Amino acid sequence: MSNSSAGPRTANADASAPRRNSKRPKYSKFTQQELPACKPILTPQWVISVFTIIGVIFVPIGIASLFASNKVVEIVDRYDTECIPQNMTNNKIAYIQNDTISKSCVRKLRVPKDMDQPIYVYYQLDNFYQNHRRYVKSRNDAQLRDAKKANETSGCDPEKATANGSPIVPCGLIAWSLFNDTYNFTRGNQPLVVNKTGISWKSDRDHKFGSNVFPKNFQNGTLIGGGSLDPKKPLSEQEDLIVWMRTAALPTFRKLYGKIEVDLKKNDIITVVLENNYNTYSFSGKKKLVLSTTSWLGGKNDFLGIGYLTVGGLCFFLAAVFTVVYFVKPRKLGDTSYLSWNRTGAGR
Amino acid sequence: MVRTGGRLREKLRWSKLYSFSCVRPSVLLDPEGPHSLQGPGYSRIVHCNQPRLHRKKPLKYPTNYISTTKYNIITFLPKAIFEQFRRVANVYFLLAAILSLTPITPFSAVSMIAPLAFVVGLSMAKEALEDWRRFIQDMKVNSRKVYIHKGEGQFGYKHWQKLRVGDIVKVEKDQFFPADLLLLSSSYEDGICYVETMNLDGETNLKVKRSLEVTLPLDDDMAFKDFTATIRCEDPNPNLYTFVGNFEYERQVYSLDPTQILLRDSKLRNTTFIYGVVIFTGHDSKVMQNATKSPSKRSGIERKMDYIIYILFTLLVLISMISSIGFAVETKYKMPKWWFLQPKNSPDLYDPSKPALSGIFHLITALILYGYLIPISLYVSIEVVKVLQAMFINQDIQMYDDETGNPAQARTSNLNEELGQVDTILSDKTGTLTCNQMDFLKCSIAGVSYGVRSSEVEIAAAKQIASENPNAHGQHISSEVHWEDNGGDFGTSEIEIDAGLSNKREKSRKPVIKGFSFEDDRLMHGNWTREPNAGTILLFFRILALCHTAIPEPNEETGDVTYEAESPDEGAFLVAAREFGFEFCRRTQSSVFIRERYPSGSPVEREFEILNLLEFSSKRKRMSVIVRDETGQILLLCKGADSIIFDRLSKNGRMYEDDTNKHLNEYGEAGLRTLALAYRKLDESEYSSWNTEFLKAKTTIGPDRESQLERVSDMIERDLILVGATAVEDKLQKGVPECIDKLAQAGLKIWVLTGDKMETAINIGFACSLLRQGMKQICITTGNIDLLAQDVKKVAKENISMQITNGTQMVKLEKDPHAAFALIIDGKTLAYALEDDMKHQFLSLAVGCASVICCRVSPKQKAMVTRLVKEGTGKTTLAVGDGANDVGMIQEADIGVGISGVEGMQAVMASDFSIAQFRFLERLLVVHGHWCYKRIAQMICYFFYKNIAFGLTLFYFEAYAAFSGQSVYDDWYMLLFNVILTSLPVISLGVFEQDVSSEICLQFPALYQQGPRNLFFDWYRIVGWMFNGLYSSLIIFFLNVHIVYNQAFRAGGQTADMAAIGTTMFTCIIWAVNMQIALTMSHFTWIQHLFVWGSVSTWYLFLLAYGMSSPLISGNAYQILMEALAPAPIYWASTLLISMTCILPYFAHISFQRSFNPMDHHVIQEIKYYKKDVEDQHMWKRERSRARQETKIGFTARVEANIRQLKGRLQKRKSSLSVHTVS
Repeated sequence: MSNSSAGPRTANADASAPRRNSKRPKYSKFTQQELPACKPILTPQWVISVFTIIGVIFVPIGIASLFASNKVVEIVDRYDTECIPQNMTNNKIAYIQNDTISKSCVRKLRVPKDMDQPIYVYYQLDNFYQNHRRYVKSRNDAQLRDAKKANETSGCDPEKATANGSPIVPCGLIAWSLFNDTYNFTRGNQPLVVNKTGISWKSDRDHKFGSNVFPKNFQNGTLIGGGSLDPKKPLSEQEDLIVWMRTAALPTFRKLYGKIEVDLKKNDIITVVLENNYNTYSFSGKKKLVLSTTSWLGGKNDFLGIGYLTVGGLCFFLAAVFTVVYFVKPRKLGDTSYLSWNRTGAGR
Repeated sequence: MVRTGGRLREKLRWSKLYSFSCVRPSVLLDPEGPHSLQGPGYSRIVHCNQPRLHRKKPLKYPTNYISTTKYNIITFLPKAIFEQFRRVANVYFLLAAILSLTPITPFSAVSMIAPLAFVVGLSMAKEALEDWRRFIQDMKVNSRKVYIHKGEGQFGYKHWQKLRVGDIVKVEKDQFFPADLLLLSSSYEDGICYVETMNLDGETNLKVKRSLEVTLPLDDDMAFKDFTATIRCEDPNPNLYTFVGNFEYERQVYSLDPTQILLRDSKLRNTTFIYGVVIFTGHDSKVMQNATKSPSKRSGIERKMDYIIYILFTLLVLISMISSIGFAVETKYKMPKWWFLQPKNSPDLYDPSKPALSGIFHLITALILYGYLIPISLYVSIEVVKVLQAMFINQDIQMYDDETGNPAQARTSNLNEELGQVDTILSDKTGTLTCNQMDFLKCSIAGVSYGVRSSEVEIAAAKQIASENPNAHGQHISSEVHWEDNGGDFGTSEIEIDAGLSNKREKSRKPVIKGFSFEDDRLMHGNWTREPNAGTILLFFRILALCHTAIPEPNEETGDVTYEAESPDEGAFLVAAREFGFEFCRRTQSSVFIRERYPSGSPVEREFEILNLLEFSSKRKRMSVIVRDETGQILLLCKGADSIIFDRLSKNGRMYEDDTNKHLNEYGEAGLRTLALAYRKLDESEYSSWNTEFLKAKTTIGPDRESQLERVSDMIERDLILVGATAVEDKLQKGVPECIDKLAQAGLKIWVLTGDKMETAINIGFACSLLRQGMKQICITTGNIDLLAQDVKKVAKENISMQITNGTQMVKLEKDPHAAFALIIDGKTLAYALEDDMKHQFLSLAVGCASVICCRVSPKQKAMVTRLVKEGTGKTTLAVGDGANDVGMIQEADIGVGISGVEGMQAVMASDFSIAQFRFLERLLVVHGHWCYKRIAQMICYFFYKNIAFGLTLFYFEAYAAFSGQSVYDDWYMLLFNVILTSLPVISLGVFEQDVSSEICLQFPALYQQGPRNLFFDWYRIVGWMFNGLYSSLIIFFLNVHIVYNQAFRAGGQTADMAAIGTTMFTCIIWAVNMQIALTMSHFTWIQHLFVWGSVSTWYLFLLAYGMSSPLISGNAYQILMEALAPAPIYWASTLLISMTCILPYFAHISFQRSFNPMDHHVIQEIKYYKKDVEDQHMWKRERSRARQETKIGFTARVEANIRQLKGRLQKRKSSLSVHTVS
């Protein structure tokens, strides 16, 4: 009887004999966590050389950036305040919304330095929230791209369709609020041609705005909103719209208006005849006209150069501090007296 | 030779052998009469042999089906889902997912729901798998078969689960009892049986149970044909050692006590069969009542992480509030002017006339948008990392045990990092520290010590000394020790430890015979006859062979004899006696036969008539037999604890006392279990007069019978003559002393909780070096309390309280920094000490002691002690055990470790980690624990850094976007940020990071303390990382905004739009966080390189691919890299500047820290890096030996204490010498 209870146990033991080996973990460097590894150590030499190298790299970049930025000539002219007739300065909104009043305005700009072509013409808006969530979402890329998808206006609220229900192309708030000031430049008596092609991204023209998509039911110049579009030109050629549709990240932004492909000389006087159509008075935004050359780094902005110089300088400083401190209070690497048991073990 | 074996034994009247516990009182009724069993708690009625009656209410008791699962098929979904959403974070993610279905969400719904479903699904699948395993285990138990009475005297097999209360069962040898039974009869005539309660209390010695006299005739199947009786007893309760009930049979009432109760999960031993009636089934049984519900455990780091989550959640709500207030204000005051938004045409969300409403809507939007502060991916990554870490633990070949074929197993992966923070280890003894095998190792006979082998403790200590040899300091000492030895003043143990052992241990120890590893040619092979004291040696051997209660069991095939002894050390004595040539071969009712073999001539079988047997009890601490040898000489042979025996020696019996005492101390120091042997010659008249008195005492009725017997025994057990002493090694599991030593050096405290006797426990304490000579032992017992006092409990409590206070005082007043205290407490006392009003007093004493040993503790008490330590000290506890009696403790501790040895699987099933041997604990804690702790800590810190750095940029942008909830990044970037672009590096940090290699972890146990001190996850560090995140977010956002401002950002003259700025910023983030993690890592395998640099490349590849996808998908990001960013120098320039600036402070910080305030692992890394350990091996060894925590336990501490002691004596000697010379 006692055998009956012993039986299964021995059977078990027998069965476990082959199982034993299968339970044994397989050896591999991976499973035993013994993969070859590099274990870099921050030695003083490393620290000082890293700081020095960063400094050595950063300072020249900083200088080059500053240099590039300084080379850029920029003319900025705020005109929204100047272009209001004297009698309407207290009622700017009425002025801008009254389409019977002429919006033309003449500004004279003096060129401070020689400007080599191409000279980029920008308009700069201030306090304009192109990055507002309601605004950013209010577009439909499918509709812009494909003539067959004119009815796709999802997301375009509240500028989806006209009162009678036919879809607006291009729909949405972004297109609806298209910037519509215009600038005409003359130097002396000579008109300066503004080239308005190639101001948008090439990929936008080629792939995002269809060459067979024409504006439909788009607003026609009432001053409630933004500009109007030429219904005969396909969207891919409406570069102002394409530029505008690239929403800016910050409430202060510049957008490219065109290029002047003539060199300007120092002290040239440029006359700008502009149409001050766009309503920035409602939200007390500023409008500026900007003419700027570019360098290899882009437009005028000292910040990058200053940043590089600061960080580079800081690294030099840190390298120096570490060097000094190493001389004053050196620690031999692997010095066992720094081990906690040697530091606290008072008895030893 | 009669080879009747078991049959013979059955005929023995055991009552004759066991003079105390088995003597049946001559009256049937308990003197106090049957218990009046009424009132609550005593309502159970069992109709024996009529299980039918128990099918209906109110006698319907639960079946014997047990279930330890948490869920069943129906309750699984609701219960498991409920469990999942008890996590606050999950509720938050659920809310976010639900809200993402509404238009207020800034993201698409799928991106919110899919990860949540993944996380919850994964966890639930894990739960289901674990529960399924439990179910399978239950089913195995439930479908065991038991031989059961089916009526009309017919028995048949049935599944355990079908068993009902009232059933009569027959259990055979070595089977488990299926339920709590009342013993009716056994194969022995007088209804006794032997029970092994290993699974209940961990004790390995057999316990005797005996049936009522009245049920003795029920000893074969047919007897149960018409048997009926009724039991009225207590209701189910968890108390293993009490039982109150009445047995009504043939109109008589008999009272029942625990000796008639056989508990479920204990095993029938040495008894062919028993009959019993089922009283408690299934969950009513005492063992199941003892089961504590398996708790779900969380690691300390995870708990702390919750606080960080709360902080981040507060931050999240705060910035969301700011956003929503800002939004409301903007909407109310500014939006009406923003004609380009057509404010008059707005839905509620943007309605300027209801700013409060839109503010509230926006709050929800913001909560979802800034949800990147608390990423769901954190939970996914941690789960993944822990599973992989667990895989490494499972795969560790150095924790694989060849003998049992078991690898280590991380059964729950969520406690990995807790392994690195353990402060106190609570260990079971039997099966965990010891193998429960005794080896006869040494003896001292007539003042001469025999036995040349060393105990494991000595070997371990010798190794320690050998390894420290190059230490000049140590060498100096040891030479002094040698000098001392030559002086001949000291015992041999120091010599052995210092010099001799290193040679001896080279010899392989192969115990050919189980229980016998004695080696000394002076005694073996009959050589003892040539020793000077051959007569005493002969006597010594006879005592070994005669003074016991064991039964020989001849093996029918080989003719060898094995012994069924009550305790393993008794077995060891008998084996030793056999090997010395005194084979105990037969026992009859009244005699013991010894086959004596002398070098000359053939074996002689001698008969010794056993006149009386004075049994061992923990109070008496000795046992004696009175025998009459063949010459008619009456001898009293006695063995017992040395102190007891020495007190009882006659004047002329003290010849060897000094030498023996010295040897005993040595043996004790070597971790051996010692007993002293003595004898006394009695003359006939003296014996017969004593015997009459003894018989009188035996037949005494009433409560003072025991004390009468004790008094009478005491009378005869005096004027003894000392023969010698034995030293038995309680075989420790392989590597236990070394492991304990290492763990102690790592700063861990070790408590031993055992169900064994106090003496055994103390011996093991010595063997494991938890105790040593010179340690002050504080024993707290209830032993000397007058039980007749009115209010026993109160008196006992006061007494214990006083003992504890005294002990605490003693510890407090101790001036010597090397003084060590050991606290030893037994279970009965512990019951009082664990009560609410006393436990903190007890704990503070225990914490002050170097080692704590609790003996005779029940499973529940083990769990309670564990809880006390856990909650009282607030530190991490680890419980390790192998038996079912350890389950409570394993479940209660922060980490439960089960030893997957030979015993049952209960402990393993309840454990969080299982290892095959105690010694693997060292590697599990010191290597894996250390690594996992650091990995998880760094990983979580980094995770928060990363998400703060990313999440806050979203918030800053809001300030520039009229708080409208627009994100500067493309939806896809954000979705991929946590999932692909930054997940693998952080996982590789969590899985592969090693500050130092595993060998160094083991060589420098002090490194482990970084975990318990929590150096890598303290608030200082967490807040530091958070500030680092804040700093990075500020740098990334504002620098970018200022660099890529409104000017042309490339030669073509175009300005940057939102997509360009967002992508540039995101590029900076990707670089910054990946370089940050590269700085954090100190261990780069190809995997880390691949993941870190791969993540950065993935970002560019993604950008490329995304830019090439249809503009309908990529929107403004179409062709962004190829056309706009890559050709623009400013993009690369700002990436370089910003990512460098982000990591600069951290880099400076770690450089500074390493240079001026290096941590231990920094220095060790440097030593390794410059290979100084190879060049300067002396230094390396020195540091290794120093790299341990101050500890008073472990054999290293013991060796040091010895050295100190010797030095002290030397000092004294020198000074006295100098005094002499001067005078």
